[in-house]
Amino acid sequence: MRIERDVMYIFIATLFLMVAIPWVTGQLSEEIFFEWPFFFEVAIGGLLAGVMYSLVALGFVLIFKASGVFNFAQGAMVLFSALTLVGLNELGLPMWLAIVMTLVVMLILAVVIERVVLRPLVNQEHIILFMATIGITYFLDGFGQTIWGSEVKILDLGIPSEPGFYFDGKILINDFDLIAALIAGVLVITLALFFQYTRIGRALRAVADDHQAALSVGIPLKHIWVIVWAVAGIVALVAGIMWGSKLGVQFSLALIALKALPVLILGGFTSVPGAIVGGLIIGAGEKIAEVFIAPLIGGGIEDWFAYMLALAFLVFRPQGLFGEKIIERV
Amino acid sequence: MIYREAGEFKTSYQKDQAILSIRQDNWFMWAIMAIAFLVIPVISSEYWLGTIMLPFLILSLAALGLNVLTGYAGQLSLGTGGFMATGAFAAYKIAIAFPELHIVVVMLMSGLIAAGVGILFGIPSLRIKGFYLAVATLASQFFLIWMFNKFGWFTNYSSSGVISAPPMTVFGDNFVTGPYATPVAKYLFTLSLVVFFALMTKNLVRSNIGREWMAVRDMDIAAEIIGIKMLPTKLKAFAYSSFLCGIAGALWAFVHTGSVEPLAFDVNRSFQILFMIIIGGLGSIMGAFLGAAFIVLLPIFLSNAPAMFGFNISVDLISHIEFMVFGALIIFFLIVEPHGLARLWQILKEKLRLWPFPY
Amino acid sequence: MYERNIGEVVLEVKNISLSFGAMRVLNNISFNVRQGEIRSIIGPNGAGKSSMLNVLNGFYHPQEGTITYRGETRSQMKVHKAAEQGIARTFQNIALFKGMSTLDNIMTGRNLKIKANILQQAIYWGKAQREEIEHRKKVEGIIDFLEIQAIRKTPVGRLPYGMQKRVELGRALAAEPEILLLDEPMAGMNVEEKEDMSRFVLDINDEFGTTIILIEHDMGVVMDLSDRVIVLDYGLQLADGSPDEVRSNQKVIDAYLGVAH
Repeated sequence: MRIERDVMYIFIATLFLMVAIPWVTGQLSEEIFFEWPFFFEVAIGGLLAGVMYSLVALGFVLIFKASGVFNFAQGAMVLFSALTLVGLNELGLPMWLAIVMTLVVMLILAVVIERVVLRPLVNQEHIILFMATIGITYFLDGFGQTIWGSEVKILDLGIPSEPGFYFDGKILINDFDLIAALIAGVLVITLALFFQYTRIGRALRAVADDHQAALSVGIPLKHIWVIVWAVAGIVALVAGIMWGSKLGVQFSLALIALKALPVLILGGFTSVPGAIVGGLIIGAGEKIAEVFIAPLIGGGIEDWFAYMLALAFLVFRPQGLFGEKIIERV
Repeated sequence: MIYREAGEFKTSYQKDQAILSIRQDNWFMWAIMAIAFLVIPVISSEYWLGTIMLPFLILSLAALGLNVLTGYAGQLSLGTGGFMATGAFAAYKIAIAFPELHIVVVMLMSGLIAAGVGILFGIPSLRIKGFYLAVATLASQFFLIWMFNKFGWFTNYSSSGVISAPPMTVFGDNFVTGPYATPVAKYLFTLSLVVFFALMTKNLVRSNIGREWMAVRDMDIAAEIIGIKMLPTKLKAFAYSSFLCGIAGALWAFVHTGSVEPLAFDVNRSFQILFMIIIGGLGSIMGAFLGAAFIVLLPIFLSNAPAMFGFNISVDLISHIEFMVFGALIIFFLIVEPHGLARLWQILKEKLRLWPFPY
Repeated sequence: MYERNIGEVVLEVKNISLSFGAMRVLNNISFNVRQGEIRSIIGPNGAGKSSMLNVLNGFYHPQEGTITYRGETRSQMKVHKAAEQGIARTFQNIALFKGMSTLDNIMTGRNLKIKANILQQAIYWGKAQREEIEHRKKVEGIIDFLEIQAIRKTPVGRLPYGMQKRVELGRALAAEPEILLLDEPMAGMNVEEKEDMSRFVLDINDEFGTTIILIEHDMGVVMDLSDRVIVLDYGLQLADGSPDEVRSNQKVIDAYLGVAH
């Protein structure tokens, strides 16, 4: 991957600001505690949380790349998969079987969505498809909770969640976050390889470039859509498992999708690396801002800070960090 | 009288440019106005006026605002709730600070403040488009709600974060806000404002500014090349749209609920208004009203339907099923008629014009 | 042959070069345009013809060279400056506003001449309405001229290709331009449609005295209509002169017919 020069500059500036602003606020304000080990602890915690955002953003990117659909339902899919998993587990299935069954459910969901929603709406404007995915969101949120109930459920995979101490005990990192980040990393690499080296992956990229052209060389669009939605479903399941075991399986999981949106605009809607780098920047930036800036303006800024950060990036690069630059022609 | 334009000859451009150029349409509109102003207040129960007509009218106004921005100017926005909240809180601050001001003045001023905020958050639209812009508008949504929650100044340091409208009157001592206001007075006041702004909006979209908005929506590059300046055109759309949304927010807080917290205007409100214009029809004045009617009536119908058929279902489950039906209906509508109820209405009229001959 | 009424040089392009990244689209192009003439730009696909028009109306900004128009010499045009100063154009791929009617599309072409502010337009009384009616009259004149009365209120998205091209021409005319840039106005048309379009181009030039810069592939049309012709090939200027001069230029013949190497 070739990184453009302005992207490089933006990175360097971001890194600089991420360190400089906390340091300055730490010096200026009594309320803010700044010490290097503590700063790194916060930053690393943020990066690890960022990986989890990337995971949700990745589902968006896959679908947007392959079909140009802005899939608002990704968050609902996260919630739905987690609910199904816990629900099946509570019915008495062992965890591994429950995971396999949930995978099957997500595959069926992909087929149904393609059949019932996407196929009748093919060739419609993007905003119509976007609206349809909002419809899917509502449907899935309601459906999942109708079947499995809406009380908070605990998802326990046996991953340790005690804090661990690293670097001579100076920096505290949650083991769970580390493992989650590791799993997410493996998933991302697998997907990247899948895209790069398999026949389906090549077909996906072809479809992403140009629907018509892909059709004309004999790539079956319908199958491709089912595949991407299924893959996005699997990504949603992984995200659901991770977020679910961290926060408990509940309705608020669906809202995590909203957190993935700034990641997307920062990284560019069509870029897998963008989703990852975007997630890291948003994750770290958000945590750092929460600890070192928020106390100055009244706190609770996590609702909007990620969006403002992404917006600031957009001013410099309207297509997102890794999005393709569009040369407009008439 | 058969619905037909044959035999009607327009002898001036002025007549041809009238809002409703077919005579029957004109009568139909006057009939609706008569029913809305004269019949409904007399025959409706307080429940109907207060729980259905008021929210319908107010949300129609917000939908009208969003439709200007999204349907006419093509700028997808998810920040409607934030602009409504701005209007509500601005109205509160103004009404408390200057108690002698007339309520209409308060409403207009709060609309203007919302317009200012809209312009501010519309600036990124010059550089970013489509879904990027939609996500960017979410920033305004979350930021504004956070701001109204966080800073006590906006609620005059009320401990609960709730603002309550002071009692205000029109035409002497007819209360339209506060405990002494009757549903009929509230309804007529809201209706008058909504009809007035609907007419304004119709005028705008059939004038030059409306054509500029649509040009930007349909092909921004070509619009620029024929001399339409992007930034002022888009910002005017943001300003007018949030002006209407702001007034809708102020009406919601003052006339409909009487007291309100920022949460009433959260992101779900933004989605609700977006649904209205999609289901009603993008780029249509009529669509905003049809969509609002649909979205306001549907949940009421859904929550009463099981009881009507004799089922007894827990409230929790009903709300989940409501979600499902809602989602399914949206998908259904998009598939059947992506251009919304207003388009269906138009098709019906075209058919009617030719009836009973198919061609 | 009727009397041509050609005046001073109104637009002068000097040493224009334009590149996108490493790709050089226009290389040191110079020419001028006289008042009232029909000036054509021809060349094979990818020669840079459309890019040249894009430079003239400010959509692309050249890296080198100057444009002199209305006595002002500048290194680049700005898009709305070009529109304000009377440069209008049509597009190779139709760029109409698809959701609007023919009438509204052409009315949009008059946007720069409408002075009522947003409040006046909202009330639609007095100035706004007077303006609307006055411009409607002008636009109806254009509709009559282009013979598209029947499709006045049809959304342009539903019109056939040839009609869309006409509406687009109408929109450009509505601005009452001094210079009209036409990018392949006859592409994809049958003979009758081409004849109609040629007639419109000549009439516009003759009746309104509009200077026209034309890109066209149909050599017959170009040679019949044009006063002078520029030939581009891969961003280079091969020739510039009257149709007869260009026709007999060896370099042009080589570029069009191919040459044995």
